[in-house]
Amino acid sequence: MSEQTTDAAGSDEILGTDGVQGAVQVQAGGPDAVLTWDETVAAYDPVLGLEVHVELGTATKMFCGCPTEFGAEPNSQVCPVCLGLPGSLPVVNEKGVESAIRIGLALNCTIAPWCRFARKNYFYPDMPKNFQTSQYDEPIAFNGWLDVELEDGFVYRVEIERAHMEEDTGKSLHVGGATGRIHGADYSLVDYNRAGIPLIEIVTKPMTGLGERAPEVAKAYVATLRDLLRALGVSDVKMEQGSLRCDANVSLRPRKKKAEKQSEVPFGTRTETKNVNSLRSVERAVRYEMTRHAAVLAGAGSILQETRHWHEDTGVTTSGREKSDAEDYRYFPEPDLVPIAPTPETVEALRATLPEPPVQRRRRLQGEWGFSDLEMRDVVNAGAVEIIEATVAAGATPAGARKWWSGEIARRANLEGRELSDMGITPRAVAELDGLVQGGRLNDSMARQVLDGVLAGEGNPGAVADARGLALVSDERALGAAVDAVITANPDLVEKIEAGKVQAAGALIGQVMKAMAGQADAARVRELIMERVGG
Amino acid sequence: MTHDLTRWSAARMADALARREISAVELTQAHLDRIAAVDGAVHSYLHVDGEGALAQAQAVDDARGRDEDLHVMAGVPIAVKDVIATSGLPTTCGSRILAGWVPPYDATLVTKLKAAGMPILGKTNMDEFAMGSSTEHSAYGPSRNPWDLERIPGGSGGGSSSVLASFQAPLAIGTDTGGSIRQPAAVTGTVGTKPTYGGVSRYGLVALASSLDQAGPCARTVLDTALLHAVIGGYDPRDSTSIHAPVPEVVRAAQRADVTGMRIGVVKQLTGEGYQPGVQARFEESVQLLVDAGASVVEVDCPNFRFALAAYYLILPSEASSNLARFDAMRYGLRVLPDGVEDPSAEQVMAATREVGFGAEVKRRIILGTYALSSGYYDAYYGQAQKVRRLIADDFSRAFEVADVLVSPTAPTTAFKIGEKLDDPLAMYLNDVATIPANLAGIPGMSLPSGVADEDGLPTGFQILAPATQDQRLYAVGSALERELASRWGGHLLDRVPELATTGAEVTK
Ligand SMILES: [Zn+2]
Repeated sequence: MSEQTTDAAGSDEILGTDGVQGAVQVQAGGPDAVLTWDETVAAYDPVLGLEVHVELGTATKMFCGCPTEFGAEPNSQVCPVCLGLPGSLPVVNEKGVESAIRIGLALNCTIAPWCRFARKNYFYPDMPKNFQTSQYDEPIAFNGWLDVELEDGFVYRVEIERAHMEEDTGKSLHVGGATGRIHGADYSLVDYNRAGIPLIEIVTKPMTGLGERAPEVAKAYVATLRDLLRALGVSDVKMEQGSLRCDANVSLRPRKKKAEKQSEVPFGTRTETKNVNSLRSVERAVRYEMTRHAAVLAGAGSILQETRHWHEDTGVTTSGREKSDAEDYRYFPEPDLVPIAPTPETVEALRATLPEPPVQRRRRLQGEWGFSDLEMRDVVNAGAVEIIEATVAAGATPAGARKWWSGEIARRANLEGRELSDMGITPRAVAELDGLVQGGRLNDSMARQVLDGVLAGEGNPGAVADARGLALVSDERALGAAVDAVITANPDLVEKIEAGKVQAAGALIGQVMKAMAGQADAARVRELIMERVGG
Repeated sequence: MTHDLTRWSAARMADALARREISAVELTQAHLDRIAAVDGAVHSYLHVDGEGALAQAQAVDDARGRDEDLHVMAGVPIAVKDVIATSGLPTTCGSRILAGWVPPYDATLVTKLKAAGMPILGKTNMDEFAMGSSTEHSAYGPSRNPWDLERIPGGSGGGSSSVLASFQAPLAIGTDTGGSIRQPAAVTGTVGTKPTYGGVSRYGLVALASSLDQAGPCARTVLDTALLHAVIGGYDPRDSTSIHAPVPEVVRAAQRADVTGMRIGVVKQLTGEGYQPGVQARFEESVQLLVDAGASVVEVDCPNFRFALAAYYLILPSEASSNLARFDAMRYGLRVLPDGVEDPSAEQVMAATREVGFGAEVKRRIILGTYALSSGYYDAYYGQAQKVRRLIADDFSRAFEVADVLVSPTAPTTAFKIGEKLDDPLAMYLNDVATIPANLAGIPGMSLPSGVADEDGLPTGFQILAPATQDQRLYAVGSALERELASRWGGHLLDRVPELATTGAEVTK
């Protein structure tokens, strides 16, 4: 018994009209052979193409007024339109079109002054009309680019072929059978809540010249796109909930010794790996497919043009369905909808709403915050740019905000597999914590204990510190007495310090801190010791 | 006495209701009685909703009793073509595949009928999914022409035309994709208008060919047709292709019936050769009557009309093949399990259901359309057809520079015999040669009776076409012609329709 959801939007497990089943067969036998990574990139040059589907965060669906909330009772967010009942007609969601235009502009695309929807015809039970309302040869946005910065600062410009609007399909749940796919299932259930949710499909042009960095670029592209879409506020871009989905096209061609000759080599046969649903998986799936292709090609075999399914758990892809370029969706302009013709004024007004592009924005913030390249990279990799910005805005020092978010909180988030924003601590709370440290009320180890309390839900940092009795001793007399006592008890250490071995002060500081039960400001203790000894 | 009510015009019914000379219940019951008496022979209805109609009529009578403001048509009953979604009433589109389907929602035009307080008597027969010119392609058997029960009442809306000619309803809703309102009107001696594309909401009209489909009014007089047009017309936010403008002043135009100074264009390509002599003769007389009434006549040339039929039979099947894809047994309607398959897949169930659920004509057009849209053929077929469509629209534009309306016979022949053209699809398609250009160009058209052909004594139709959004011109010209003809005949053409046998009639379902 197995239950698994599959997607037909963008999935090719479709039923042909010719009576031949679009069968999905998991290949018999063991896993595919692969070459090692080094062998792969030494012999072959990869070409990538990425298709990203983004579910827009509009309140209502693309062609009807049904809500789009995730996780509702199955088939509770449906109406005659999104169920495709006979006689119903679609009406375009203007907000969806605006989002599409903003995405196009943010990707430096040309916005079509006039374009239409088209019907993509194929039969599948989770498609209420047995055609998907999409766009074909008249996408709303085309010919753009997105700069992607890798961890070492290398910038790759990804060229965007097009961004077009379409509707999502319902969701099938195939119950029974070994594979969780429609064939072999005992029965299938369909939830149409998702049917008609607006999608934008963003397609890159073939990405070449990547070499061994291909998997890394693929991941960085999806991450940059995700950040951009989040900054645009058009989608919640949650890959784990499917609001951002990536299909990766991979092909290899023989590698030329002279790099300038590489572009003369025709592209190899590509495979399309579907539903790669995390950033890490994007990188792994591309890497896996490259090594698998390499093994086939090295063995003088040929790559089958097909859809592959990515398995997160085992880290491999398996064969989906053979796919030919002649896949015939019988596209034609959707006669139930009028053309979309945004005026130049509308487009410019939407351009004015665009946020700063992520790469530029990072550079600006790095300057404002005074972070080193390395520090900024850590922040970016921890996905902490926005949250640090909010924390600084709430009054924290940039260094303090960075220390907490890309340090302790990031560590714990990683451990628990959660997003920073889901950790139960707000930028405001982190700013308050930083304030307590900066104001001299807490030292570092106390602040960590306060953080524990906040994460455990004990309240705001101030309240936690009060409740746990955490505060540095600010009584100079008590501190001075403790320092004097330690100096008196350690004449040997004092002698060393006086002889110039300043690092010996550490041992004295440790003893003072112990005497004060940790509730002293170590920096102040050092000052007091040096006043008395270093003179 | 009750029996006579059914012979009244809708305008007279509305007037008598407003004056409280008759009640809506009385009027509705008279029609239900008439249906019970004659529909066994005519078979206009697929479903009769006596209870619902009487309840609506009672509500109108009650409201009138309370002196509430009522719509001018409140209490006047109506029949609705079975391609229009009616909440709580079966909607089959004349197809087995939708047997038993009861829509959970009302088409926008049905909502308007209900808001006006018009009792819906039932759903009328039609060729399956509106594909045909005779109702012979209905999965539930053909409707009959009240002028001769051995003949077709036209199609696809033969239920909505025969229901009027047999006095089983004073008004009916039709839909017109290539002539399905006008040709049935022509062969039954009734009136029907295909409004400008977008003039009446398509929301709830089960699509045949989305870019051609248009719902419209059917009645026995031009004024009645206008009264119904005014009820159902107007902008609908649920239909993206509906026109964002007030309904043209069709009722006023029908009442004034003034053609003084109007230029009537006779379309060269739609007369003469291929038209039955009696049809042609009545047409020419009608044109002369309009001239006598103060209009002038010009001949106009529309050379691209000769490609209209070919373009139409590419565009329609293409759109239909996609529109009809949703009938797959997964969510509603018929579900057929394939024979001899132990554990059928969803696809096998879809295939078995569509095999059994669709009739031959529907399958023929789905196959044609699927082929025309296939990659490699798209440009040659669908693409070319769209270009022809543009050329036909251009022909109309030029014609309307010299004429205010264009006229032609509605159909080339009078009603043919049931079975006569069933094995010859092309002959059947040719019946719509004069009506199709209006659908391709999206302009409004009307058919009204011009008399009976000398050779067979059967009704002939006169077609009027106007520029987009100028629907009122149809009514001005139609109403003037109707007046002139009536004064010549000394009454209405339908006064001459043979009396139907009412004995032994089986009560309809
Ligand atoms: Zn909906």
